[in-house]
Amino acid sequence: MALKLTDYRTPVFVDWCPGCGDFGILSAVQMALVDLQLPPSKVAIFSGIGCHAKLPHFVNAYGIHTLHGRTLPFAIGAKLANPELEVIAVGGDGDGLGIGAGHFVNTGRRNVDMTYLIHDNGVYGLTKGQASPTLKLGLRTKSLPKPNINEGINPIALALAAGYTFIARSYAYDVRHLKETIKKAVQHHGMAVVIIQQPCPTYNDINTKEWYGGEDRIDPATGKPIPRLYKLEESGYDGVVRTPEEAFPKTVAALTKAQEWGDKIPVGVFYQNELVPTYQERISKRIPTYLENPPAKQAISDSLGKPITSIRKMLEELKVTG
Amino acid sequence: MIGDEFVWMAGGPQGSGVDSAANIFGRACCYGGLHVYGKREYHSNIKGLHSYFHIRVSPKVVGADVDRVDLLCTFDAESVVRHIWEVAPNGGIICDTEVLGTRILDIPTWPAPFIDEFRKTLDEKGISPSTIGDLLKEVKKNSVRTYAIPYMTLLKEVSDEIGEEKLSRLTRMINVLALGASFGLVGFDKTHVEKAIKMIFGEKPKIISMNILALSKAYDYAEKKFSDFGFKLESVPIDEKRIFLQGTQAVALGKLVGGCRLQTYYPITPAADESEYLEENEVLELEQSAVKSAGGSILIMQTEDEIAAINMASGAALTGTRAATATSGPGFSLMVEGLGWAGNNEVPVVVTYYQRGAPSTGLPTRHGQTDLRFALHASHGEFPRIILCSGDIEECFYDAARAFNYAERYQTPVIHLIDKALANSNRSYKMFDPSLVKIERGQLLTEADVTGKEYKRFQLTESGISLRLPLGTPGVVFWNTGDEHDELGHISEEPMVRTGMYEKRMRKLEIADKEIPVKERVNFFGDVDASVTIVSWGSPKGAVLEAMERLRQEGYKMNFLQVRMPHPLPKEYIAEVLGKAEKKVVVEGNYAAQLAGIIREQTGVAMDYFVLKWNGRPVSSDEVYEALKLIMLDKAPKRQVLTHGT
Repeated sequence: MALKLTDYRTPVFVDWCPGCGDFGILSAVQMALVDLQLPPSKVAIFSGIGCHAKLPHFVNAYGIHTLHGRTLPFAIGAKLANPELEVIAVGGDGDGLGIGAGHFVNTGRRNVDMTYLIHDNGVYGLTKGQASPTLKLGLRTKSLPKPNINEGINPIALALAAGYTFIARSYAYDVRHLKETIKKAVQHHGMAVVIIQQPCPTYNDINTKEWYGGEDRIDPATGKPIPRLYKLEESGYDGVVRTPEEAFPKTVAALTKAQEWGDKIPVGVFYQNELVPTYQERISKRIPTYLENPPAKQAISDSLGKPITSIRKMLEELKVTG
Repeated sequence: MIGDEFVWMAGGPQGSGVDSAANIFGRACCYGGLHVYGKREYHSNIKGLHSYFHIRVSPKVVGADVDRVDLLCTFDAESVVRHIWEVAPNGGIICDTEVLGTRILDIPTWPAPFIDEFRKTLDEKGISPSTIGDLLKEVKKNSVRTYAIPYMTLLKEVSDEIGEEKLSRLTRMINVLALGASFGLVGFDKTHVEKAIKMIFGEKPKIISMNILALSKAYDYAEKKFSDFGFKLESVPIDEKRIFLQGTQAVALGKLVGGCRLQTYYPITPAADESEYLEENEVLELEQSAVKSAGGSILIMQTEDEIAAINMASGAALTGTRAATATSGPGFSLMVEGLGWAGNNEVPVVVTYYQRGAPSTGLPTRHGQTDLRFALHASHGEFPRIILCSGDIEECFYDAARAFNYAERYQTPVIHLIDKALANSNRSYKMFDPSLVKIERGQLLTEADVTGKEYKRFQLTESGISLRLPLGTPGVVFWNTGDEHDELGHISEEPMVRTGMYEKRMRKLEIADKEIPVKERVNFFGDVDASVTIVSWGSPKGAVLEAMERLRQEGYKMNFLQVRMPHPLPKEYIAEVLGKAEKKVVVEGNYAAQLAGIIREQTGVAMDYFVLKWNGRPVSSDEVYEALKLIMLDKAPKRQVLTHGT
C-alpha cells in the first residue's frame, strides 16, 4: 500500500512559533518522503540543537535529536555503520555553521551519500534572537542590543570550498520548490546540502517573509511586489557537472552565483557532481565486502556467544615462540 | 645483572632508530626463550631530542620496570650523560669512540634543569669531568666498564663491502651497530638477532642484508675486543607459545575479538597507535563456523576532532554496531558532552582512554594516572557509566573485549582506562586465548522480537534496562534526544516523567553492581591473612607484585587488591578486605590519591599510607619495594612521593 502523508506524522504537538518557517520545512520533508515512498523505518532523521532540532520528533521515522552542532558526526556514524539507511541530517545556521562549522567543512571532504538540510534564519531563536553566523554585517535584528559586528558567512560558497557534491538553496515558504529540492538532494549520489532560507517571525524582523517577497519594492508597471528570490532553473542556469572537464568551470559559475544576495537571491541547485566517488565507494575499494556486509549487519558471535572474529593471523605476526 | 636477569637500555636522539633497535633486541631475546619487559620513553618531538628504551629480560616472567641498567647502549653523547648514574656496578656502557672527546657542556640539547641537576651530582661526588671520556673514567671507579665502538669505521667497512659510496646513507644503521655490539658483549646467539631483523624489516631483502652485515661487524668487533663483561645472556629452551606486543596492540586485538566493527579517532599520543593498527587490519578473518563469504571488517574513521569521534561512534552504536573511540586526556576533555548524550540515550559506546601526563597538554608522551576522577565525573549531570582499568597488557586485551558486553548489557557508555605505561610498553606473554572471550549483547533484539507490538525504546522496567533495537530495524521507529524524554524518546519536561526516567537510568548502575561478579572487578593477590593490604589500579600492578614478592622472600606478608572496576566499585568486598588490614597502602600515579579518595567516599575506609608518583614516569618495582619496605619497618611517612626516572 502506498505511503501517505499521515504515515509520516506523529502526535507530538508542534511547538514552533506561529508563522515559523520550520512548518514549511517539516511539510516539505514529509511530502518528499511520500513522493519517494521511503518506509519510515528506513529513514533516519538527525538534528542538532535549536528550533530546527525538534523536527525529527514530528516525523514518523527514526528521529535522533543530538547535540548542538553535532548532527553531522552522529548522522555519518549511523550511515556508515548501516549504509542502507536513508539518512537526513537537519541543522540550524548557528548549529551547523557556528558551533558545528568544523563538521560542516570536514563532511564536504568525505562525500558520504546522505542529505543535510540547514534551516537558515540568521538568528539563534531558542536563546532569544542573537546574531547567527549567516546574519550580514551591520544588521540589527530586533533583539540585538547593537548591530551585528561580524560579517555573515556564505554557506553556498563554503560548501563549494569544502567539497559538497550537491549544493542547493530553497525557501521555507515555497514548500513545493523545497520539497522538489529535498527530493533531488536525497536522490543525489553523494553528500547533498540544502540551505533553506527561513524567516523567523519572532526575532528576525529584517529578513522577513515580506522582505523575501519583495513587498518593499512594488513594480510601478504591475503594482505587484518584485520578489527577491528567483529560481535558477528558470534563469537558464545549469549547475550539473556531466563530465570531469565541467567540474572546474561549474564550480566557478556556482561560486559566482553564490555571491548574489540582497536584491536578487537565487534558489535551486547551484552545483551537482556525481562523478566524485562517495565515501562508501572509497571504503569499498579497501574493504570489498563493506556494502553487502556493513558494520551494522555483521554477525560477531555464534548463538552461544562465542566470538567469530579470528585474530589468528595477527597473533601469528606477534608470535615469538612455539 | 641480578641472577640471570639482564637490563639493557638503548638511548639516542629521536629518529635514530631507538625503537627499532629495541624491538629487535626484545624480539631476539624472546626468540631465545627469555621473557621481556620494555619501557619506552620519548619526547614530544619528531627528530633530535633524547629517547630511550629500557628493556628487562629474564628466564622468569617480568612484569615491571626496574631502576638499574646493566648495559647502557648509546647512539650519541647525550645518552651517555643522561643515563650514566643508572648503570649498575659491574655494568657496561657502549658508546661511539667519537664521543669520548665530546665536551659535556657542548651537547646542544641540554635543558637547563638537567644541567643544574647534573652539576649538583658532580659536586656531591667531588668530580669535574670535562668530556664524555672523563666522565666514563669516573664511573670506572665504580666498576662500570666502557666499550667504545668505532661506529664510523665499522660503517665504512660495511659501505666498502656493499659498494655504497655515500657513508651518510648508512648512518641510520648506527642503531644496529650498537645492537650488534651489545649482543657481542653478552655472547647472545646471533641467529635470534638475525631472525628479529628479518621480522622487523619485513619484505626488504636489501635492507635486511645490509643490517645483518652491520650487526655482524659490530657483534664480532665487540666479541673479539672485549672479554671482561661478566655476563653471558643465554637462551633457554621453552615449548610455550608466546607473543611480544605493546598495550595498544592488545587493546586492538581485544576489540576485534569482542566484535567492534567501527572505531573513530582523532590523532593523539599515545592512543593513535591502536587505531592505526586496527586500520592496517581492517579486513577481518572469520572463524570457520561463521558465514565466511559475507566477509568481516572494521571501519576506522579518522575524524576532524574528538567531538566528532565520540558522536560518530554513538551514531554507529545506535545501529547495533559495536562501536568505540580511542583517545587520551585532551581528547576525552572534548568528548564529555557526547559522553553525556550517550548516557542520556543509553547508547553502548566504548571509550578507550589512554591517560598521559596532564593537565592540559601536560606531558604528551609521558606517563600519568591522573584521570580516574575525571573519567568518573566527566560530563554534566548524573548518568550511569562503567569504568574498567587494566593493570597489564594481557588485561588490556580481555578488558577491551568485555567492555562491549558491559556497554550493551547495561546500555550505557563504558570507559576503558589505560595509561601510557601500558600503551607503549612491550612485553612477552603466553599466547592470548581468544576463546576465553564471551559475547553478551544484553537486551539487543531483532525485528522478529517486536513485530506487531508498540515499541518503546525507553520503556520503564524494573531493572532500568529497556529492550533495544538497532536503528533501521524494519517495522518500528524510535526517537532519541539529549533532552529528558518519555518512553518513546520524545522530549518531556513533566516532573513525573523526569523522575521516572532519571531513576530508570540510574538503576542500571545498581543492577550492574549486583550482577557483575566481584572477581571481574578486582584481583586479589597474596596472603589472605596478611595484616598489610596494598591497593592500586592500572599499570603499577606489575611493580607492586614484584615488590611484594621480594618482600615475601624477606619474610613480610602482605596482600594486594587491584581494582579493575572503580565504577561501580565493589564496595562491600573492598571494605571487607580493608577491614582486616592493619596497614592500608595505596599506590597510584597521581598527586591526590584518587582511588583512595573514591574508596574512602564509598566505604568510609581511609588509607594509612600513600605511595604516589606524578613525574611523568611509571613506578618501578625497585621504588615500590623501597617504599613498602619502609612501611613494613614502621619508618615510612604517611605520604611517600616516588621520583625515579629519566
